[in-house]
Amino acid sequence: MDPEPLWLTLRLATLTTLILFVIALPMAYWLAYSRFKGRSVVEAIIGMPLVLPPSVLGFYLLLAFSPSRAFGQWLESTLGLRLVFSFPGLVVASIIYSLPFMIYPLQAGLQSLPASLREASYTLGKSAWTTFFKVLLPNSKSAILTALVLTFAHTVGEFGVVLMIGGNIPGVTKVASVAIYNEVEALNYDAANQYALVLFVVTFLILSIIYTINNRLLRVRHPA
Amino acid sequence: MSDTPLDISIRHSLSTAQGVISMEVALAVKPGEILALTGPSGAGKTTLLRIVAGLIQPQSGLVRYGSEVWTDTTGQVLRAPQRRPVGFVFQDYALFPHLTVRQNLAFALDRGQDEGIVDELLRAVELTELAGQKPAQLSGGQQQRVALARALVRKPQVLLLDEPMAALDRSMRYRMQDLLLDLHWQYRFMMILVTHDLAEIFRLADRVARLEDGRIAQVGSPGEIYTHNQDLSEEPLLYGEVLSVEVADDQLVVLALIQQQVRRLRLPQALAPQLTPGRSFLLRYSLETPMIELID
Repeated sequence: MDPEPLWLTLRLATLTTLILFVIALPMAYWLAYSRFKGRSVVEAIIGMPLVLPPSVLGFYLLLAFSPSRAFGQWLESTLGLRLVFSFPGLVVASIIYSLPFMIYPLQAGLQSLPASLREASYTLGKSAWTTFFKVLLPNSKSAILTALVLTFAHTVGEFGVVLMIGGNIPGVTKVASVAIYNEVEALNYDAANQYALVLFVVTFLILSIIYTINNRLLRVRHPA
Repeated sequence: MSDTPLDISIRHSLSTAQGVISMEVALAVKPGEILALTGPSGAGKTTLLRIVAGLIQPQSGLVRYGSEVWTDTTGQVLRAPQRRPVGFVFQDYALFPHLTVRQNLAFALDRGQDEGIVDELLRAVELTELAGQKPAQLSGGQQQRVALARALVRKPQVLLLDEPMAALDRSMRYRMQDLLLDLHWQYRFMMILVTHDLAEIFRLADRVARLEDGRIAQVGSPGEIYTHNQDLSEEPLLYGEVLSVEVADDQLVVLALIQQQVRRLRLPQALAPQLTPGRSFLLRYSLETPMIELID
């Protein structure tokens, strides 16, 4: 078994999760507390990857990033970035594809905190910034953990989007899920099984650890 | 003592269980005064506190503390809650669960503020021993004291309390009231508290403002508000709560809690519809018959 696709999957999932966390925090905060009327539209757009077939999303991203089209051309000429059939392209696509998996748990976590926590911090002279980092986030550990893990696991499991936008270039875009598909197509069931088993075990371990930690966090907050 | 009055004059529409009501409140709170806000739920008491704290902007109106304008909708002034010398004790206490008692207090320190105040307040509310505990490990009364101490760290000039003792038992309430009076005497802040508890009003408040449907129905000293018949005001007046009601010999036999003791009252049967367990009343002693005045 060539470990390269597994390694690529790990890199993709880690990078996607980290970047998405930074992007999603302010968005989740805004969605949790804003009274902006167009909020539902924004929420619907973010939620699209949940219901859309991955191939549809991949197809449109492929069109958008294609160097023969305006946006792709602009990316290449100004930023020197080619997002089709490249690793950066995979990262960008994964970020869009996994957006709801990061934002929704964070948003729900923030919304579940009593409003009085935020208001108490304000009346104690603390800015919205300080309140967010010192009061709201430390009390959303469980939501943060869930968001990180769901995003990571979802990115590991990506197939349609990755295949559409990245293709199947060894060492560049051939992630584990694509490698499994290749091996099955070539009737190498043993190799496919090895990749599949690694993904299966790793995913199971991650989720077990997360649920253990989460249960412990909940017990600290609500002692029996 | 601070000699600054607080002037409130606001209009705000309020959605309640009974529908939208329009709030219209004009109220002047005197320097150093303890004002109780009372009235049925949904009357706008908490909303009024939140407007004073700057947590809500009223639809129109003015909140002025001496010469400082805190809220002025005509001049587009809305001073942020952070910049008002206000302490707020929330009904649910709003303690930060991830911080210890001491850290909850220290969180409130302004930059460069002397940390000595934290220990001073911990001593004042008798929580020095529990300073290292997290809020979840404390009893309701202890949490209440943490919330109170935390609200005082920045030495507010106006302390707002939203039904701070609703969740405490009777004896704990008594001790908290003593503590509040002590702290009020020591730090001399103005105090506005939302409360339904008559005993609390009589012990703490200089004046009571009764809100009904978003308007001030009555303002005055507790004695003025709760003794409708001024001619009888010199007769002894006792506050009580109905525990149970029975009918015997065409009379109502009412067991009531009066001055921490269970008493039996014999009253005319005509009062039966009003006298249900849990109701509060004022009892007047007169030579002929006891007189009952119901309070909602």
